[in-house]
Amino acid sequence: MSTLTLLAPGDEFKPPGLELFDAAPIISGVAWFTKPVLLALLSSVIVIGFCWSAFGNPKLVPRGVQNVGEMGYMFVRDQVARPFLGKDADRWMGLLLSMFFLVWVWNLMGVIPVLQFPVASHIAFPIVLALSVYVLKIYLGVKHQGVIGYFKNMMFPPGLPKPIYVLLAPIELLSNMIIAPFTHAVRLFANMFAGHIILAFFSLVGFWFLFEKLTPLGAPLGVVGVVMTIAMTGFEMFIQFLQAFLFAMLAAMYIGNSLHADH
Amino acid sequence: MIQAASLLAAEEGANPLIPHTYELVVGGFAFFFVLFVVGKILTPRIQKTLVERTDAIEGGIKRAEDAQAEAQALLKQYKDQLSEARHEASRLREDAREQGAQIKVELREEAQAEARRLVEAAHLQIEADRQQAFAQLRTELGRLSIELAGRIVGESLEDEARQRRTVDRFLEELESSNAAVR
Repeated sequence: MSTLTLLAPGDEFKPPGLELFDAAPIISGVAWFTKPVLLALLSSVIVIGFCWSAFGNPKLVPRGVQNVGEMGYMFVRDQVARPFLGKDADRWMGLLLSMFFLVWVWNLMGVIPVLQFPVASHIAFPIVLALSVYVLKIYLGVKHQGVIGYFKNMMFPPGLPKPIYVLLAPIELLSNMIIAPFTHAVRLFANMFAGHIILAFFSLVGFWFLFEKLTPLGAPLGVVGVVMTIAMTGFEMFIQFLQAFLFAMLAAMYIGNSLHADH
Repeated sequence: MIQAASLLAAEEGANPLIPHTYELVVGGFAFFFVLFVVGKILTPRIQKTLVERTDAIEGGIKRAEDAQAEAQALLKQYKDQLSEARHEASRLREDAREQGAQIKVELREEAQAEARRLVEAAHLQIEADRQQAFAQLRTELGRLSIELAGRIVGESLEDEARQRRTVDRFLEELESSNAAVR
């Protein structure tokens, strides 16, 4: 809403930009209590509430919410945990399930009417998760392979001709220690960020040309904007799920690689 | 985009790649709160339930298999008993038939022997009777003949020896003629 009022005075159509992501404090004076903060906390409550009603008192024969929860659990276990962790999958299900559900709900906030803000489009949130996984990954790697073993397995995977290592070792180090955690966080952030801009853009096109400045020439464009908003919302929901899945999957992959050097 | 960029430049801290400190704190809190409740408390519960369910299903399958195996064994036992009973019955029937035949043969032989015995006894009896009748008749005939002859001749034949010789001669003639007739 703030964007529209911001843009309304001008006569010319202005596409929404970074101001979309400026969050003013909800209660004036409490600078940190902004919309993404509220939604992040709300998401935690939703995830915990859902999981508690699904898994709080699980029955041998599942009923209602437990069925839905188990679908989520099975998905994370069979598609995320087991392919990368094998027999260790069950030990890490708690982390992966929490991460998957939380990221998904954070993302879903982008299409829930009225709320309409993907939490992960503020990079701080993906950074917290990616950083946690990063610390855990290094801790597990050192614990299971030793300090030297961990870096040796990372930088010098056996079975390659010697000269290759001159090139490979620094690349692997850079990739694992710096690029991997960075992309882990940025991938999620950028997808949500771009998705939010796209949705805002098409809905603004619809609103501008059908309500703000209704003209015979502009009206069809407004209709296109509305149709595209609907289509892109559907697409965005797919991306939201996909990114949550990918985020948990990468976490599982990093953990798996630290538990046992698989080269 | 130029406007957006200038807007970005104008505003302090609007670079989307720079995280807000308070959001890092809140994000961390949100994540670890969820991790604690969902990961530490709830996930073990559902895992336990899933293991129990697997056990229950496997146990059920195992029980069903056991019951089926037992039923099969029982069926086999019944079939065996049935065929055994059939064999027994046919064996008994065979025995009975053999015994019956044997009994029939024995009875027939016994009856034949009895019949033979009866016939023989009758023969002997008849022979004895005949002999007795013959002997009796012989003496009677002798006496009657002598008496008749005495009456005819008118005198008593006193000489016993002559009498007997005469009679014997007569009877021998009679017997020989009899034998010739036979």
